[in-house]
Amino acid sequence: MTQTASKSLNPLPLKERMKLPRQPMREQPPVLRAANYKEVNLGYSEELARQEALRCLECAKPVCVQECPVGVKVKEFVQLIVAGDFMGAAAKIREDNVLPAITGRVCPQEDHCEGGCLMGKKVQPLGIGYLERFVADYEQQHMDRSKIRRAQPSGKKVAIVGSGPSGLTAAGDLVQKGHEVHVFEALHELGGVLVYGIPEFRLPKQIIREQIDYMRGMGLQFETNVVVGKTVTINELMDEEGYDAIFIGTGAGLPVFMGIPGEHLNGVYSANEFLTRINLMHAYEFPQYDEPMLDLHGKDVAVIGGGNTALDAIRSALRLGAKKAYVVYRRSEAEMPARKEEVKHAREEGIEFRMLTNPIEFLSDGKGWLSGMRCQRMELGEPDASGRRRPVPVAGSEFDLPLSVAVIAIGTSANPLIQSTTPGLQTNKRNYIEADATTQRTSRKGVFAGGDIVTGSATVILAMGAGRRAAQSIHEYLTTGKW
Amino acid sequence: MFKILHAEFIASGIKRFVIEAPRIAHKQQPGQFVILRLYEHGERIPITIEKSDPERGTINIVVQSAGKTTHLLNSLETGDCILDVVGPLGKPSEIAAFGTVVVMGGGVGTAMAYPTAAALKRAGNRVISIVGARTKDLVILEREMREVSDALMVTTDDGSHADKGFVTDKLRQLIDNGTRIDLVLAIGPIPMMRAVADVTRKEHIRTVVSLNPIMIDGTGMCGGCRVLVDGKSQFACVDGPEFDAHRVDFAILVQRNAMYRAAEKKSMEEFERERESLLEKVHAEQAEYALQGGGR
Repeated sequence: MTQTASKSLNPLPLKERMKLPRQPMREQPPVLRAANYKEVNLGYSEELARQEALRCLECAKPVCVQECPVGVKVKEFVQLIVAGDFMGAAAKIREDNVLPAITGRVCPQEDHCEGGCLMGKKVQPLGIGYLERFVADYEQQHMDRSKIRRAQPSGKKVAIVGSGPSGLTAAGDLVQKGHEVHVFEALHELGGVLVYGIPEFRLPKQIIREQIDYMRGMGLQFETNVVVGKTVTINELMDEEGYDAIFIGTGAGLPVFMGIPGEHLNGVYSANEFLTRINLMHAYEFPQYDEPMLDLHGKDVAVIGGGNTALDAIRSALRLGAKKAYVVYRRSEAEMPARKEEVKHAREEGIEFRMLTNPIEFLSDGKGWLSGMRCQRMELGEPDASGRRRPVPVAGSEFDLPLSVAVIAIGTSANPLIQSTTPGLQTNKRNYIEADATTQRTSRKGVFAGGDIVTGSATVILAMGAGRRAAQSIHEYLTTGKW
Repeated sequence: MFKILHAEFIASGIKRFVIEAPRIAHKQQPGQFVILRLYEHGERIPITIEKSDPERGTINIVVQSAGKTTHLLNSLETGDCILDVVGPLGKPSEIAAFGTVVVMGGGVGTAMAYPTAAALKRAGNRVISIVGARTKDLVILEREMREVSDALMVTTDDGSHADKGFVTDKLRQLIDNGTRIDLVLAIGPIPMMRAVADVTRKEHIRTVVSLNPIMIDGTGMCGGCRVLVDGKSQFACVDGPEFDAHRVDFAILVQRNAMYRAAEKKSMEEFERERESLLEKVHAEQAEYALQGGGR
């Protein structure tokens, strides 16, 4: 394992590096992938990874690192790739990020590391996400799991509620500090939104399982089928089961519906249900798996919303045989919160984008099934609270879009299961848990929270950032006893 | 994995399982349910908890064979395991001193009504229970219900056991006889609960029903179990399963429960064709998990 990599092994002068083109990600051709559920991106080869790593300008004050919510030492791991020390690069990433194979695939790099890359101002930014993914996959293929280092036991016990990105990150950081860490998961599979929300073609389940197996190797203990707030309460975990600290990372919670007529028609789904059936329950493999799904072959399907969840849902529908697949979004493409690469992939696959369009009613076939969606066109007005221009309806612009299935992906609200069963745990007006933005401390001594249950729907990497900060302050709390 | 300590048929196609599930047993209250998944390729389905024994760390569930999953579950025996059991889910029944409560159980719904009837009795209510089923072979928990009730009436649709007729006939009689009823709890098939609601609505008797929509996670995350109550979406898994019967849109519930009928039929046909090999698969999985030392 290489520890010192501060000296550059990059033989190219800076000017030459700027001239190298960004190495493209190899991917399945659109026609092929639109009909299968396998991963779209195929990864860099060793050669491509080295080529791409050579482009790094090795800035004295790398903005990429500052922009990373978990502070991955980008420059240093890229230098290790240039040096050909891929395992060293993996170890370097792991100092700050326990889920590199996942973030390498699903992070919105354009908003973080790559968005900060100096090269991006002139040419294309360094492919940091692609490099991270390469290194993580390389590590997976070459590592000896028996050599995973275990820390000296601290004698302290921590419970992590939820095995999604924030929980796994906090757990990983804490176990490396020697604490005994137990992760509780409500579902039967570990991974939270990574498992039920993000489809196989973007993040294969095998990758998640491998990352979690690695964490088992680090000494983490997992218990599935435990709904904290129902199966056991926060108080019971502390008072009866002897946990010294608890991190709550239960995620995004309840799906938001639109409150328009026809939402109960058969064929209208929340994105959470649609994706859970497909991803967690493998409904796309019915009848090999028992969980059913409506047959989408030859059907017209629309998703409402413009985030990653919306694109995951509609691209899943396409792969399940949908004839027409629409993204219906009330703002314009510029305001879509989805990752750029997903928008590009979706368009290549034949997804139709109906921007500045808002549904006002789900239409029935008269027998309880969805037959279409009444929409109105929108135009952009003055900026709203989010800073984005507010969409306003265009009078008399209503039209009907014929559909068999509609998926609502307009966000989530707080799940109250823990808040309602934990006395003294303060929440905000929208019932999210109040936690300090730096320490992730809640109003209850020894209880920390982070991720979507604090901020509302955000991204995997932001949740991981919160998990990281929480682990830091939990460790401080456990070692100093100070609250 | 969750071990089945005891399994026995208590009526035709209705089986009771005693399952080792200490966490759930410790927390279960009347009116709550579990969600289970039998094996790796299985679906998640909500199932009634009849009662629990916190000291032994066991729960009793009662299952009626209906589709593939329940048929497969009812093929399991003492000593087998269920891969995943999660709970207790849903809000517990409201238990208070209401006065006179009529508890009505239709078919396998009686298993869900039983713990609430017992709790209502303990809370000092006068409990009049009405248990009904299509036919003699489907009547369950008659003795148990009698033990926790001040009076018990039993009906079968075909008259093969006790009185011929519907549970609503008995309710009607109670009302006509001038019995003062403070609360009705009705748990059973949708048509039965709807019929009870229709009777009590006119009489202005507060009525609670326990709804059974299609569910997946059971924690409020997916919204698949949404029901229309007073014109608003409610999630049966976290806001229910019990709701004010007079505010529930039963037609929407019926419609949504029929959503996967085609797929359910296909699954059932597959089960009938491949019952033995499916069971072998479940047993093989269990053996593998046992080798991993419980695994999960």
